[in-house]
Amino acid sequence: MSALTWLLLTPLAGALVLLLLPPLHAWSRHLVGWLSLAISALTLLAAIWLVAGVAATGDLSTIALGLPWRVDALNVSLILLTAFIGATTAIFARPYMLHACAEGRIGPIRLRTFHSLYQVFMLTMLVALTTDNLGVLWVAVEGATLATVLLVSLYRTPEAIEAAWKYFILCGVGIALALFGAVLTYFAAQHVLADPESGLTWSLLHAAAGDLEPAVMRLAFVFLLVGYGTKVGLVPMHQWLPDAHSEGPTPMSAVLSGLLLNIALYALVRLKMLVDGSLAATAAPHLAGQLMMGFGLVSFLVAALFLHRQRDIKRLFSYSSIEHMGLMTFAFGLGGALATFGALLHMLVHSLTKSAIFITVGHATQIAGTQRIDQIRGLIRTQPAVGWGLLLGVTAIAGFPPFGIFTSEFLLLNATMQTAPWLSLALLVGLAIAFAGLFRHLQPMVYGTPPTGQAPVTANMLPVAVHLGLVIWLGLAMPALLAGWLEGAVLMVTGTALP
Amino acid sequence: MNMAELSLLQQSVVLLAALVLFLSFVLLAQARLVSAIHAFAWQGALIAAVTAVVALIQGAHHLYVSALLTLVLKALLIPWMLHRLVRRLALERHRETIARPALVASGAVALVIFSWWLVLPIIADKLGFTRNIIAVSLAVVLIGLLMMVSRAQAVAQVLGFMSMENGLFLAAVSATGGMPLVVELGVAFDVLVAMVLFGVFFLQISDSIDSLDVDRLNRLREADAAADPGVGGVADPDDGGATETGARDPNRTLGADVTVPASRSAGEARP
Amino acid sequence: MSSSLTLLGWLLALLQALLYLALAPLLVGWVRLVKARLQGRRGPSPLQPYRDLRKLFNKDTRVAHTASPLFIIAPYLVLVATWLAAATVPLLALELPTAVIADLIVLAGLLALGRVFLALAGMDVGTAFGGFGASREMLVSALAEPAMLMAAFTLAMTAHSTNLSSVMATHLAEGLVVRPSYLFAFAALVLVAIAETGRLPVDNPATHLELTMTHEAMLLEYSGRHLALMEWAAQLKLLLYAVLIANVFVPWGIATTLTLGALLLALVAILTKLVLLGAALGLAETLFAKLRLFRVPNLLNLALLLGLLGLLSHVILEVGA
Repeated sequence: MSALTWLLLTPLAGALVLLLLPPLHAWSRHLVGWLSLAISALTLLAAIWLVAGVAATGDLSTIALGLPWRVDALNVSLILLTAFIGATTAIFARPYMLHACAEGRIGPIRLRTFHSLYQVFMLTMLVALTTDNLGVLWVAVEGATLATVLLVSLYRTPEAIEAAWKYFILCGVGIALALFGAVLTYFAAQHVLADPESGLTWSLLHAAAGDLEPAVMRLAFVFLLVGYGTKVGLVPMHQWLPDAHSEGPTPMSAVLSGLLLNIALYALVRLKMLVDGSLAATAAPHLAGQLMMGFGLVSFLVAALFLHRQRDIKRLFSYSSIEHMGLMTFAFGLGGALATFGALLHMLVHSLTKSAIFITVGHATQIAGTQRIDQIRGLIRTQPAVGWGLLLGVTAIAGFPPFGIFTSEFLLLNATMQTAPWLSLALLVGLAIAFAGLFRHLQPMVYGTPPTGQAPVTANMLPVAVHLGLVIWLGLAMPALLAGWLEGAVLMVTGTALP
Repeated sequence: MNMAELSLLQQSVVLLAALVLFLSFVLLAQARLVSAIHAFAWQGALIAAVTAVVALIQGAHHLYVSALLTLVLKALLIPWMLHRLVRRLALERHRETIARPALVASGAVALVIFSWWLVLPIIADKLGFTRNIIAVSLAVVLIGLLMMVSRAQAVAQVLGFMSMENGLFLAAVSATGGMPLVVELGVAFDVLVAMVLFGVFFLQISDSIDSLDVDRLNRLREADAAADPGVGGVADPDDGGATETGARDPNRTLGADVTVPASRSAGEARP
Repeated sequence: MSSSLTLLGWLLALLQALLYLALAPLLVGWVRLVKARLQGRRGPSPLQPYRDLRKLFNKDTRVAHTASPLFIIAPYLVLVATWLAAATVPLLALELPTAVIADLIVLAGLLALGRVFLALAGMDVGTAFGGFGASREMLVSALAEPAMLMAAFTLAMTAHSTNLSSVMATHLAEGLVVRPSYLFAFAALVLVAIAETGRLPVDNPATHLELTMTHEAMLLEYSGRHLALMEWAAQLKLLLYAVLIANVFVPWGIATTLTLGALLLALVAILTKLVLLGAALGLAETLFAKLRLFRVPNLLNLALLLGLLGLLSHVILEVGA
């Protein structure tokens, strides 16, 4: 069996095994967490195997289960990232969910459900990343919604159910619109491809993108942008995101922010490539990019402003996710080698940082016993590891050197300066607002006076340390392998090499 | 294109598509849940019929499978599941008061015109007789969306959602003669799972707010978060203090009906 | 067209108009018979409406003290307006000389004229019943008229003309084409017809119950000859709508040439259609109960929506880009 098969079968089998485990024994409560962790680790191994193969032999394009799959420069780093964050979050999720179970907020059955659905979620993410078929991509992204919606309502509080319902309805509607876009794309392909049946295969479409009917592709992209944009969390379709993040269990928030948003953006980038190819010869060749720039910039600025009025720590960081996704969408829309490179790098470092932050936030809320920002005080005195984790994480996400986000944001600003100087002003203002919004909340949480009786909790800060370490590494020196992938991806997406 | 140039079978496809659109309007205006479910089932059956007739005309065998899939899923299984849920939640006689029905209906008409305008440039040439149905399918999708926006009742919203999916099925058939079978199976599977989850949510919501009026799901609001610091406190699953929950609830507009489930969940938090 | 043909045409047009007058009571009688049989009664002979009319014509005509001259001329005006309207709808043959005025808009206008006088007459005497009957009638017609026009436009768009004769001719020339717009227009017209002719479930022609009656309420003060004229006008209106629906949507059988054979065939065809339509109406009236008055607008909104959908589906589905 190939590495790809292993990559996809491991979480699938894992989900089934977890689902069949008898939940009611004390030992199985511990077992599910470890098992889930083991499956995630295996998935990571499979991903490394796959990536190593691609690094050695180049792009992988294969047919399995009767469907086309594709691993190329654009998605190879994301596959690795997804499997990696999946594994580190599983490390965090095991004790965290056990704690929730011990507190009585979930029963053993829901504990098992969580881990099982977590694996299903990972499966859908990996399928969405590796598939070469736009229909399967859609099915996988919808599958990710379905897998996570029950996780958001896991605690069954009225708020959690409300958040899950909103999430379900909004993303369901969005994704339905995206399917209409996919149908239109397939429709455009009917007259172009030799074999109309393969009209959803991305690589064939990409090869023939110039022949796709521009009018159809233009309309299709509007639907796809609204559809997948809902998943990315673009304003004004972002309403679900803060609710789902704040009400779901924290490991869920970590993977939602760190992975799901990325995947949706990745899908948009792939689709933009098709549309760009189709529109190249028309009067408005950059329509797709301009739309993405508009949505991205609005999301970026609105989210930056909303950071200021948050009362809930998880909502705070979910708005920060919207802000960064907006920035990336803007950058991909801007196009050009430098902007695309910056956006790709930003995808990686933002995922690593944001999941690290959510893991830290999970511990912080356990310490404080609440998610309310004004009741989380003095973390660094109560438990220095968590306090420092939060401080460093927020410093990283706000774009301070030497963290990787500084590098990517610097590149993005640079690129904007070159192509659209006026917009770089908006970016700078937005970054400043976001910075202020984050730090006005952060300072008392980390340094304030801890309430009496606040005690440390058992916290495994290893994932956080590893993530932040990686982000620093990417900020200071990029490994040649990754640089090669990113350059290859830039070449693919924009058609021009990096200067 | 002139209707008279089409064969009778092709004409009947167009007719069926028009009826699908009509059923979208019926669904939109139908206040009785059970009747709305029936309208939805008929819509599914009509789309299955469209698919089958297109399959017959084009001799496309995989479309028969797709027609069967649509029939089973959209006309039988999902309506049956909805029926069961409605019975279980004792909503058989439920009539919703539809706010501003005339406005909603005019909105739907506007959406039909809008989707026609939107699709107009792409149906120019090179297409079979079903090309004009694309506009209808888009209209069905958008009217489904409108229904989800205009209704507060959870079951009605789900019907709107499912009727959006109906529009997508119709789009796939009319624009491209059906998606590849694998994709169609995947979509159908997703829709089915979504329906099961919706069922789970109906029960959870009715447990939580003692009603399926999702307008009452209004705790998580950006504006309130600033005005009412209590929201953040209860919104957070990590504290779950019973006293705070109990003290806050009577102030809400929801009244007494919500106090019970809220304190129950608080009780669950600290057993 | 030669002058002899024109003369023949005019004669035929006259014959057609007279045929309308003659057939109108029969259709009502037939519907009543069907209803009676469906309800398990023997029912009166279908010729009973003729006898009723004769009896009314022979009776004394009483006029209230408070009535103005309008009250007396209204029955004549109503009958004439309805009759003129009916004469525009091709019954037996297309391309009669009257075809040039056989326009859907003219038809709607003439019917509206009759209705205005009917309502005025209802209010004229100043009784409560007449007043509310008139107000109800106006409510219904205000809602029904746009729906009727929508349906008419839908038909007109296919034929590129609002002329009834050419609408039918187009349809006839095209052969059997399943048009969604026709289906919607048909449904809309049926609803409008039911509302306009005061049949169930909008109005009950057999009731004199004050809470429910509409049309009958306006006629309460009439007697003798005046009442006969009013009744006849109402019967004519029903026949008009029945012929309109039958000949527009199922035009087959109508004479396109003015030969005796074709005309006889047309007569047989239209009688068959009317028999079937009347039976359907009787059946429907047996099955449906009367709607409460304030639910009637819903029904007519549905008719309007159907008309709109017919229009839209013509534009979207039948013409396309």
